[in-house]
Amino acid sequence: MVGSASTDLAVKEAQLRAVLAGVPDPEIPVLSIVDLGIVREVSDDCVALTPTYSGCPATHVIELATREALDRAGFENVSIKIVLSPAWSTSMISEAGHKKLREYGISPPVDRPGPAECPRCSSQRTQEVSRFGSTPCKALWRCGDCQEPFDHFKCH
Amino acid sequence: MAVENNQNLFSALIQLGDDALILSQRLCEWSGHAPTLELDISLSNLALDLVGQATLLLNYAGEVEGTGRNGDTLAYRRDHNEFRNCLIVEQPNGDFGQTVLRHFFYSAYALPMYQGLAKSTDEHLAAIAEKAIKELRYHFEYSSGWVIRLGDGTEESRTRMLKALDWLWRFIDDMFVEDAAWSDLVDANVVPSRKGLREEFDATVLDVLSRAGLELPAQVWPITGGREGRHSEHLSLLLAEMQVLSRAHPEAAW
Ligand SMILES: [Zn+2]
Repeated sequence: MVGSASTDLAVKEAQLRAVLAGVPDPEIPVLSIVDLGIVREVSDDCVALTPTYSGCPATHVIELATREALDRAGFENVSIKIVLSPAWSTSMISEAGHKKLREYGISPPVDRPGPAECPRCSSQRTQEVSRFGSTPCKALWRCGDCQEPFDHFKCH
Repeated sequence: MAVENNQNLFSALIQLGDDALILSQRLCEWSGHAPTLELDISLSNLALDLVGQATLLLNYAGEVEGTGRNGDTLAYRRDHNEFRNCLIVEQPNGDFGQTVLRHFFYSAYALPMYQGLAKSTDEHLAAIAEKAIKELRYHFEYSSGWVIRLGDGTEESRTRMLKALDWLWRFIDDMFVEDAAWSDLVDANVVPSRKGLREEFDATVLDVLSRAGLELPAQVWPITGGREGRHSEHLSLLLAEMQVLSRAHPEAAW
C-alpha cells in the first residue's frame, strides 16, 4: 500500500512537472520555466519558484502564468510559493535550455572566463558591446567573423 | 524584548530599503536622457535591480512592523522626514560622470554590506542579501569601470569627475552612520557593523580613484543626518514626483 501511495505521488509530481514545462518565460518564450531552472521544488500540494533577479518584472507574470496553467490542468489546490534562497544562478539553466537558447539566437551563459560563442556561426572571435542588453539578464555582443550582433545570457 | 527587536529590525530594513529605492528613482530619471542608448539601458537596468531589492526589503519591513503597511505604502505614503536613506543617494544626478561616481560610492559601500547581511541570523534578510550581492557585483564593476575611464579620459572628463568628487565626498561619512538600533542588531549578528565596513570601503575607493588618476579631495566638512530623517530639499522634490500618482489616486488599481 505504501508503495502505491508513493507511486501516486510520483505520478502527480511528474504531471505537475509536465504542466510547468509548458509555461514559457515571458521574456525568452522559447525557454520554459523548467528549462530556466526557476522551479525550485515540486511536491504534492505546492510548487516553489525562485525569481531570476530581485527586480525582474517577469516574476509576477510567471507566477500568474503558472497559476493559470495549473488551474487549467485541474491542479487548483496546488499552491505556488516564491522562495529566495538559494539564489538562482545561470548554472541552473538546463542543458536543453542551452540548446534552445542557441537555436533562438541567444548565446547561453558560460561558466568559463573568455568570449561568448556566436550563436550563428559558433565563432569565439566575439566582443562585448554593452554589459546591459534588451533585458536585465542579457548583454549585447558582436561577432568578429559573421559580423552579427547577438544577445548573450549573462553568467550570474 | 521581541517587540524591541522588531523595532530595531524595522528601522534597519527601512534604511536599507530606502537607500535602494531612492537611488533607483534617481537612476530612472536618466531613462530616455542618457548619453547613448547602451548607457540608457544600463542605467535603467541598475534601477530595476535596486527597485527589486527595495521591494523585498520594504515588504519585509512592513511584515516585521505588523501594522498592515507593505512596500507600496512605505514607498508612497511616507513623508521626507520619515525616510532613512543616506544623503548621497538623493543627490541630483548631475552629469553622467557624477551619476556614475555616486553609484560607485554606493556600490563600494553596499557590496560588502550585503555580503555581511548574507550571513545574517535573520534568514529572510540573508536570502534577500544573497540575491542582491550578485546584482551589486555588477553595479560595482560597471561604475568603477566608468570612473576609471572618465577620470583617466580627456581633460574635460577628468575636470568633470574632479568636480563631482569634490561635491559627493562630503556625503561619504553619512553612509556609515550607525544608530543605536543598528548597533543592537550588530550585537545580535543580524547586520554587519557599518564602522567595520569602512576600512574596506576606504581601500576600495583609494584603489579605484588612483587607477582613475583622481586625487582625493581636501578634507571637507561631512554632512550627515539621512539616517535620522534630516534630508536635503532634493529628497522632497524627488518624492513629490515619485508619489504624486499614488497620492492623487490612493486606492487606484489597474
Ligand atoms: Zn558569428
